[in-house]
Amino acid sequence: MIQVKGIHKSFGENHVLKGVDVDFRRGETNLIIGRSGSGKTVFLKTILGLHQQDQGQIIYDGEVLSEMSKQRSKKLRQEIGMLFQGGALFDSMTVAQNIRFPLEMFSDMTKHEMDERVKFVMNRVRLEGADSKFPSEISGGMQKRVSIARAISMSPKYLFCDEPNSGLDPETAIVIDQLIHEITHEFDMTTIVNTHDMNSVLEIGDHVIFMKEGYKVWEGNSSEVLKSTNQDVEEYVFKSKLFQQVRKALR
Amino acid sequence: MITNFFEGIGAYSVLMTKVFRKPDRWKVFYRSTIKEIQLLGIDSIGIVVILSVFMGAIVTIQTAFQLSDDPLIPTYYIAMATRESITLEFSPTVVSLILAGKVGSNIASSLGTMRVSEQIDALEVMGVNSANFLILPKIVAQLFFNPLLILMSMFLGLWGGAMAGDMLGLIAFQESISGYQLEFIVFENVIYGLIKSVVYAFIIGSVSAYSGYTVKGGAVEVGIASTNAVVRSCLAIILSNYVLTDLLLN
Repeated sequence: MIQVKGIHKSFGENHVLKGVDVDFRRGETNLIIGRSGSGKTVFLKTILGLHQQDQGQIIYDGEVLSEMSKQRSKKLRQEIGMLFQGGALFDSMTVAQNIRFPLEMFSDMTKHEMDERVKFVMNRVRLEGADSKFPSEISGGMQKRVSIARAISMSPKYLFCDEPNSGLDPETAIVIDQLIHEITHEFDMTTIVNTHDMNSVLEIGDHVIFMKEGYKVWEGNSSEVLKSTNQDVEEYVFKSKLFQQVRKALR
Repeated sequence: MITNFFEGIGAYSVLMTKVFRKPDRWKVFYRSTIKEIQLLGIDSIGIVVILSVFMGAIVTIQTAFQLSDDPLIPTYYIAMATRESITLEFSPTVVSLILAGKVGSNIASSLGTMRVSEQIDALEVMGVNSANFLILPKIVAQLFFNPLLILMSMFLGLWGGAMAGDMLGLIAFQESISGYQLEFIVFENVIYGLIKSVVYAFIIGSVSAYSGYTVKGGAVEVGIASTNAVVRSCLAIILSNYVLTDLLLN
């Protein structure tokens, strides 16, 4: 579980996060939604520790992030898997080398054990046969799957995903969403997904928070989001014609 | 501008303190260093060969042109003067300046691309000291291979000078060799150049890496960083050449 308590973050005069409180539960896919500029990415990076908060606490399973020793903090990093918006695969390495990289850096596995682990996660994300290809030789959807495979290779306790569906066709986006959802439950991880995609919200949103101008303005789950009476959420969710039709049908 | 300069020096120093740490895994570090030696060192051999041979030939022709008017000056002095020019300045400095262009832009653009495509963030999230993991092998590869390239350049420069002198009838090949050996002092003629080459290697590796690693933005900024890497490295080489020449010769 990750608890966020009263987080504030500013960049110079720009006050981006204005006191966000939220609990992200283990074994659930936690989604952060909101318009561009609402502070989602800064929020995600602050939870990850890539930005230092100005006020407030981030608590990983009872341990306050800012109070951790350097060693513990480094150890925590190895318990985190991250799926970046663009994949962030190392382009000088093959698919298998990308997935193997965290194992080589941080595990004490033998070569054979690493091979087995790489094979396992590749099968898990349905990437069989792509091991010797370079990231530039595979599709965007496959790159996302490699990125997921790399993120879960160390069996992380926490998974962070920044816009996992950006640049993907709707069908592939659903596949990626389902994969994130499946592995979250399968490996009992605390997963936080930053997204704009309402399909993702409906598909995998065990827990959804809506952010606006640095505040958390709504919290619920995927079925509650369509029934929300919060004006900001309504404006965001029912902006598209498709969802306006859905609302009509619901009413 | 002055504030920016000092901020840059500060940021560069902070980055270097992150670079010079114990690697997380020696095996991975060793493998990366070998890869960098291939990319930054061995792949530069071609340009160093061509540059050095022609540089030696040109220096010989120029020196012969200056000295041939006076019949009292023995022709082997052409070779001696060529040797001094090649070993003291041309090979260490000019070759390093060329390598600052080739290697420096390579380092800056590869790190800059990794920065804008979030590959460096990915390393940080995993708990890898990205500065140490990415930059240290490049600096070590440079420190190891640049002196070898400079040694090779000295040899080829002298050989090119002797060949050109012989082919153009300015000085016989054997006489060039005798001239090269006359009053040859290992420290002055080789070690001096190698000391410079080590300093230049560090400058090329670290300054270019700083330019690439600190990129913010996109493709345009990566291009700017690549240009900055070359300009900054060349300036630093020229300035350090002035200091080193004074220190080593006086």
